[in-house]
Amino acid sequence: MSVLARSRSAATALLPFALVLVVGVLLLISVSAPPLEVFRLIFQGALGSQAGLSTTLMVWVPLVLAAAGLVVTFTAGLWNIGIEGQIIVGAVAGALVARTVIGPPLLVIPLLILAGAVGGMLWGLLVGVLRVYGRVNEIFGGLGLFFVATGLVVYLVIGPWQRAGSASTSGTDLFRREAWLPRAGGWRFSWVALGLAVALVVGVYLLMRGTRFGLRLRAVGRNGRSAFLMGITTNRHLLAAFALCGALGGLGGALHAAGFHHKLVPAVSGGYGFLGILVVLLAGFRAVWIAPIAFFFAVISVGSTQLQLRLQLHSSLAGVLQGVLVLCALLVGGWQLRRAHLSRRRAEEGG
Amino acid sequence: MHQETLDFVVATLASIVAAASPLVYAVVGETITEKAGVINLSLDGSIMLSAMAGFATAFMTGSVLLGFVVAALVSMAMALVIAFSSIELRLNQIAIGFVLTLLGANLASFLGRSYVGVRAAGVPHLGIPWLEDLSLRIPKVGSFRFGAIFFDHNLSVYGSFLAILLGYWFVFRTRRGLELQGVGERPEAAHARGLAVNRLRYFYTVLGGALVGLAGAAFSLDVRFGWREGLTTNYGWIALAIVIFGGWHPVRAAAGAYLFGALSVLALKLQPQLPDLSQILPITPFALMIFALLLVSQDWSRRLADRYSRWRRLLSGDPPSAIGTAFWRD
Amino acid sequence: MSLELRGIHKRYGSVRANDGVDLILEAGSIHGLLGENGAGKSTLMKVLSGFVAPDSGRVLLDGRPVRLGSTRAAIRAGIGMLHQDPLVFLPFTVLDNFILGSGRRVRRAAARRDLQRMADQFGFRLDPEAPARSLTVGERQQLEIVRLLWLGARVLILDEPTTGISATQQERLFATLRALAEQGMIVAFVSHKLEEVEALCRRVTVMRRGRVVGEADLPCPTERLVEMMFGRVQVPVVRERAAPGDAVLELQGMRPADRGVAESHTLAVGRGEVIGLAGLEGSGQRPFLRTCAGLQRPAEGRIRVAGRDLTRARYREFRRAGVHFLPAGRLEEGLISGLTLTEHFLLASPGGSFVIDWAQAEAEAAATIAENLIVGSPRSAAEELSGGNQQRLLLSLMPSEVQVLLMEHPTRGLDLESADWVWRRLLERSRRGTAIVFASSDLEELLRYSDRILVFFAGKVLREVPAETISGEDLGYLIGGKDPR
Repeated sequence: MSVLARSRSAATALLPFALVLVVGVLLLISVSAPPLEVFRLIFQGALGSQAGLSTTLMVWVPLVLAAAGLVVTFTAGLWNIGIEGQIIVGAVAGALVARTVIGPPLLVIPLLILAGAVGGMLWGLLVGVLRVYGRVNEIFGGLGLFFVATGLVVYLVIGPWQRAGSASTSGTDLFRREAWLPRAGGWRFSWVALGLAVALVVGVYLLMRGTRFGLRLRAVGRNGRSAFLMGITTNRHLLAAFALCGALGGLGGALHAAGFHHKLVPAVSGGYGFLGILVVLLAGFRAVWIAPIAFFFAVISVGSTQLQLRLQLHSSLAGVLQGVLVLCALLVGGWQLRRAHLSRRRAEEGG
Repeated sequence: MHQETLDFVVATLASIVAAASPLVYAVVGETITEKAGVINLSLDGSIMLSAMAGFATAFMTGSVLLGFVVAALVSMAMALVIAFSSIELRLNQIAIGFVLTLLGANLASFLGRSYVGVRAAGVPHLGIPWLEDLSLRIPKVGSFRFGAIFFDHNLSVYGSFLAILLGYWFVFRTRRGLELQGVGERPEAAHARGLAVNRLRYFYTVLGGALVGLAGAAFSLDVRFGWREGLTTNYGWIALAIVIFGGWHPVRAAAGAYLFGALSVLALKLQPQLPDLSQILPITPFALMIFALLLVSQDWSRRLADRYSRWRRLLSGDPPSAIGTAFWRD
Repeated sequence: MSLELRGIHKRYGSVRANDGVDLILEAGSIHGLLGENGAGKSTLMKVLSGFVAPDSGRVLLDGRPVRLGSTRAAIRAGIGMLHQDPLVFLPFTVLDNFILGSGRRVRRAAARRDLQRMADQFGFRLDPEAPARSLTVGERQQLEIVRLLWLGARVLILDEPTTGISATQQERLFATLRALAEQGMIVAFVSHKLEEVEALCRRVTVMRRGRVVGEADLPCPTERLVEMMFGRVQVPVVRERAAPGDAVLELQGMRPADRGVAESHTLAVGRGEVIGLAGLEGSGQRPFLRTCAGLQRPAEGRIRVAGRDLTRARYREFRRAGVHFLPAGRLEEGLISGLTLTEHFLLASPGGSFVIDWAQAEAEAAATIAENLIVGSPRSAAEELSGGNQQRLLLSLMPSEVQVLLMEHPTRGLDLESADWVWRRLLERSRRGTAIVFASSDLEELLRYSDRILVFFAGKVLREVPAETISGEDLGYLIGGKDPR
């Protein structure tokens, strides 16, 4: 590739970011907020202090795990919008262990992590069963189970698991100390969560790229009919994709509950599942890119919470910026493909 | 039974009809869009943003009508993004729709912050003379004032009736409606007959978007009067599910919206009776409606349609064949 | 009245589908357009009907230029096109199909009267309220013809109209076309079947590789047409037939579970035997093959493969028993768009390590590609291959040990060379003992390669005939449901 072509492709890769800056600045000016100050506060809030960076890392964990799981389901051609519910059920299962298993951390924490993964996996499998055997599109089956999971967690938090004395939607009692994920020195993030997340993201990357399972999943996702006629057990692969994605999501939920909130809160999924979909879309469904993109998104999300206090701006600015970024990236990408296609046709017609 | 019971039934049914009216707009609009072969998945965000925009406009200008107009325009703009990206750029409609869902909801929260808790004019109430008083005398019990179920409402509720009737009439009773269905059913055949497939898809995606916008305004200016964060959360998803439940038929879809309205009203009425479950009752209709899809997704609906061919369109529930796919000529 | 095409050029990617075509069609007689699959006939007709815009060239109707690239303009000019797969809307009623796109403000009742009047005129029976889905291909064609005439078509173009229609429907179609030509319409008949063009047309234009290579007034010697079409005269290959071995596929009263199937089958196919399934599309070959492949369970009866009863078995067990199925839709049901050839070979080779060694896989793929003469590289995607190369790829994906090979249209859409290659490979397998059952609509293919031919009609086997003794003409009659004797 020539230097010119490389710099041009780098420029077009950055175009969405430039666009999101422009849109963001215009948006902020329209609500008469100082754009530079806003961006500075976001980065400072997310990265400028130990506490901020810890929070960012602990948000990154469920987000990147959800994204890794979604890479698997997207590869199989599935829109697992229900991941949000799988995160919740993972957190509920983890909380169940934290509340019932009494013992040293070395017993409780592995059990809690396992329970989270299993809970999420079952919830994911259920979406798969609805899709494969009930012919309910996975988008809607997933949403339905997300609603059920929301109901479940709200019921538990204000019902059977309510805080001693007062039932409120702010969450259960804190877990016992043995169920808190161990922290790294004076930092507030957990190296267990971080280490697991890194390992699993690498694992998903290798699984998708270099194994027969990943290849078969791609075949199923691209053309289920052909794959089936080639002798691939398509239904089993679809279910496996849901199970794997659910397990990763549920694990993220359990880690988030035990490592960040230290209790079960109704909003434990925090929209990380939906945000994970945006991460994967921006990454173009490639596992390599999800870790950095998820980190960037975590920075925006965590940093934006500062804005509420300092500038009276709604923290949903984060969602707006993330949404605009992904939208621009998709549109620019589509526009480039289209242009390349047209110019190739023109070249062929000319020659 | 007493007169009070009858009045209670009438009041309940009337509240269902009113509660479902925004959804009716949304499902009729989305049905039209999907009939043309385009999926506008952004409903949850479109409804939210247009609800906010409609309310803000009504608050600032004092004009409810203008609120509805702005709400429709906002949602049309989002539909236009979907149409453009799928027709010109051939992007995945689900992907763009999902991004717009999140973007619309966040934008509504961000821009709508200063309108939380303020008061604006709402949609005026208008009982329709004579019709609202229609009643049926039931001997020894009292009079069943069924007229009030349909004809004692705010104006936007009548608009939802109009949407059903016009939607049905247009799609199934006019030449243009036939063309609309053709474009979503087999675009290459429509093209061979001289129809401008993509232009029609633009038009009907944006038209459906307008109805979706009216749904948003009907929420914030009528049934859930006011603006607050998350005002319409999940209603867009439910509307999308109801379109499937409705088998891409405006009337059956509207029936789905009323079914959901009935479940919602029931959940509301059960809240005092079941205090333990009062927090989760509001979400149950959403879950139930989704699982209702299990019923219509099975083979028997098609078998039923084969059996009663007169009602084929209403019963079959087949999606438009070319739904979600792009059309180009070479 | 005359229709004139001048210098039509149209490229798809690197393929010159039309490379400077000039053609004049006169009213009053039927003009044949003859050529092999891929000669550029369909593209030319799509240009004429406005379905696609040419890269350059002009179309003149009675000396006046027609605006190109617009179906609407073509319809308005009176050019009507009947596509190979009639472009009707299956869920809509016949009447809705009739009205849709007419752009005229006619009332339904009036349209219904017109439809019935015109259908009667040609002896077509069309129920205005029936859904188009319930019509046969032939009836859908009739509906389209009536509709085009109703729209005021003065030029009627038919693209391979005899594919999938019955002999009686074909006779009616030909009679209709003759009548229309006599009334002064321009009728263009596009086909790759010599007999049909010879039977119907007064004048014929032959295309090859995107160009017009010759014109002739009919009748003229068939050899001349063949030479123009193929550039060389075909010597029919007679294959040596050996006695079949032990039965490897046995059906006992097997009835496919399909609404269109009227009868059960009892059949034994021996090792090395080749069975052709003839018949119009939709006569029951498809459910038959798919049931034999284990893709759907039979409603009744038994299926045995190499002595094992597989009646209730699943598709995977059929595969394990050595049954292999090659569907008609290569990119729909055979290959996977977006995956490379290497990935296809990996998917098709069962077992192997869980972790993929990509370097080794590509080296092996390159060897297989060379061995099977596929034009492509280990990294090319399946959809980038031409139809012939896709079929080569599909054959090379087949396991080495196959007991029963079931195929739908093994050479449809292939050029002659590819088709020859495909059959050489298939016969090689047959010599090694593979039993082959294939469905085809190509009579020559059926006659040349089968040992026995099962003729399907209306969901049952009308007759089983030995391929050596039956003539093409008789086979054609049987396919149309008529007994030649």
